Amino acid sequence: MAKDGLGLEIELTLALPGGGGSEASGSMEKKEKKRVFSEFSGEETNTAKKNKMVGWPPVCSYRRKNSFSEEEGTKMYVKVSMDGAPFLRKIDLSPLEGYSSLLMSLEKLFFCYIGEGESSEYVPIYEDKDGDWMLVGDVPWKMFSGSCKRLRIMKSLDAKGIGLHAKDLLEGISIEA
Amino acid sequence: MINYFPEEVLEHVFSFLTSHRDRNAVSLVCKSWYNVERFSRGKVFIGNCYAISPERLISRFPRVRSLTLKGKPHFADFNLVLHDWGGYVYPWIEAMAKGCTNLEELRLKRMLVSDASLELIAKSFPNFKSLVLVSCEGFTTDGLAAIASNCRFLRELDLQENEVEDPRGQWLSCFPDSCTSLASLNFACLKGEVNLAALERLVARCRNLKSLRLNHAVPPDVLQKILARAPQLVDLGAGSFVHDPESETYNKLKNVMQKCTSIRSLSGFLDVNARCLPAIYPICINLTSLNLSYAPGIYSKELVKLIRKCKKLQCLWILDTIGDKGLRVVASACKELQELRVFKSDPNDVGNAAITEEGLVAISAGCPNLNSLLYFCRQMTNTALITVAKNCPNFIRFRLCTLDPITPDAVTMQPLDNGFGAIVQSCKGLKRLSVSGLLTDQVFLYIGMYAEQLETLSIAFAGNSDKGMVYVLNGCKKLKKLEIRDSPFGNMALLADTGKYETMRSLWMSSCKVTFGACKSLAEKMPRLNVEIINEGDEMEGGSDDRQNVEKMYLYRTLVGPRKDAPDSVWTL
Repeated sequence: MAKDGLGLEIELTLALPGGGGSEASGSMEKKEKKRVFSEFSGEETNTAKKNKMVGWPPVCSYRRKNSFSEEEGTKMYVKVSMDGAPFLRKIDLSPLEGYSSLLMSLEKLFFCYIGEGESSEYVPIYEDKDGDWMLVGDVPWKMFSGSCKRLRIMKSLDAKGIGLHAKDLLEGISIEA
Repeated sequence: MINYFPEEVLEHVFSFLTSHRDRNAVSLVCKSWYNVERFSRGKVFIGNCYAISPERLISRFPRVRSLTLKGKPHFADFNLVLHDWGGYVYPWIEAMAKGCTNLEELRLKRMLVSDASLELIAKSFPNFKSLVLVSCEGFTTDGLAAIASNCRFLRELDLQENEVEDPRGQWLSCFPDSCTSLASLNFACLKGEVNLAALERLVARCRNLKSLRLNHAVPPDVLQKILARAPQLVDLGAGSFVHDPESETYNKLKNVMQKCTSIRSLSGFLDVNARCLPAIYPICINLTSLNLSYAPGIYSKELVKLIRKCKKLQCLWILDTIGDKGLRVVASACKELQELRVFKSDPNDVGNAAITEEGLVAISAGCPNLNSLLYFCRQMTNTALITVAKNCPNFIRFRLCTLDPITPDAVTMQPLDNGFGAIVQSCKGLKRLSVSGLLTDQVFLYIGMYAEQLETLSIAFAGNSDKGMVYVLNGCKKLKKLEIRDSPFGNMALLADTGKYETMRSLWMSSCKVTFGACKSLAEKMPRLNVEIINEGDEMEGGSDDRQNVEKMYLYRTLVGPRKDAPDSVWTL
């Protein structure tokens, strides 16, 4: 709760001094709340009003954390294509902590094993902001998730042809930690 | 004459008494009945863990086998109470471990449960069978591992809406191979991965498993394998339900679902692809309970297609994405509906997904057995509420929440007093009520006049003056819990009937007009009440100015005086 420095509010009103608790308490937020609801003038938007209310609407905090969509900007959905799959999927990068989580999520999505070794059948690559196709794992996670526009799970055989190796991916992941 | 019955006979007779009220009444008859009753009482319910101490509980009921405890006040759910306010379960476990090792069942709500508590439970009670934790926090999956490893006769582990840290332990694998007694396992609220192979083996060997609620980490292919092993399930919470409807897995799942003819209750779908919902269609006709309130992103059309098939539904929890149109379908399909909860899908979304009074009116017209409602809506009217009251006189729980807490009647722009008045007048069995919208003292006059069975009342941003609160305190003879926020009730109301609070479990008032001085004088007058002032930050620095408004006050009756575990920010007067 935001409070002004001295904890005091100097406000000119027509009321008697010291009368009524809200003026004496000096809580800025309480004032705003009261102003919002007793002087329902519609100056502020609904959203602004709601943001000032702790605990409204009365949804229990577990439900709030687990089912509400977050504010725009914190979700990072990117398209994922996989060689051989008939349609694309979308994955949200924002809740993932790093490349290992990304691999796990991709594996769950497509029921494949991407893995981190030489033997893996697939190699994940991504298209970055500049439109270039890059091997997943070279740059720090935050840099990656900020610049990743779409993902592709490529067959290793094709990748090797272009010079990308699963081994490089492995190195990328161990550096990330 | 009845005093000459030997105690064994009395004990046998009392063993048929299950309700607390009956047993409490019986123990008041005479000393010998008091003693026989207290040694035979197996189940104890404690609505406020600070009303009594564990030592006194055990000395009166030394053979307690089942204990239910509730900790934080209800408004803690909405972040109005500090995390460390209290409600620690450890002292209770410690006391029971010393004096009452017969404990078999522990049910906790809004309490702080540490891993140490769980470990102590696991060590101390050889017959421990059932652990139910609702809206608790403070523990991790390490604590669960201790329960799994040591409670040899565990029948029930039910975790509902808890905040649990998961340091990637393998708690599920800790159930030993010898554990075959599980009948109910609910870990839907856990965020982490689980050992899927261990889960499958556990399900396979627990032939009595009737209730299983999985978390998001259990994918559809594992779900399919589990259902194949446990067609006897009655209650299922699906975890992840996202897969390709063309796939082999999906086919297998569809086939196995058809065999699960015992499933009556369905929930979960924590991650769901709506195109996969047809897999559930075969069991819809048997469902009495459906909870899709945690299933994100199912559009109204698909929801409706599903619900239309659930003709025997008695309990439905959904998101407001269903819309008024969808609620009309529910009204026409689910004639036996008793409980409906419609939650907000997005707290900031004002327009699209919200439902209105029309949906509620439709439900009331189609579902005359409706007795329990939680309804988050964009708007409401008096006419609608009056119609609902006429259609459904059997409400026991009626909780309405408008998005804007002081929104008036959407048509007449009048307060919603008359609408709620109709509800309390018509529903003579109403026990729980939450009011919302623009409301004056008048609504409280109605509540005081008509709500004779009311036990719990929640008030937010309502009323004009102290009179409102006084109407309620004077009128509602069975009132147990009163919780008020942001309403202009002050000292006169607080002190109007101080004796009343000893007949109630608790009173919560936040952002109202009660002052320190009034709270202090109440506390002085009533030694058997704990009057707690909760201060976040530095409101206390100015000393105790008696005229200063109190931000949050929580008072409750107690037999054991002020508690000793309150944090610095909580001041017991």
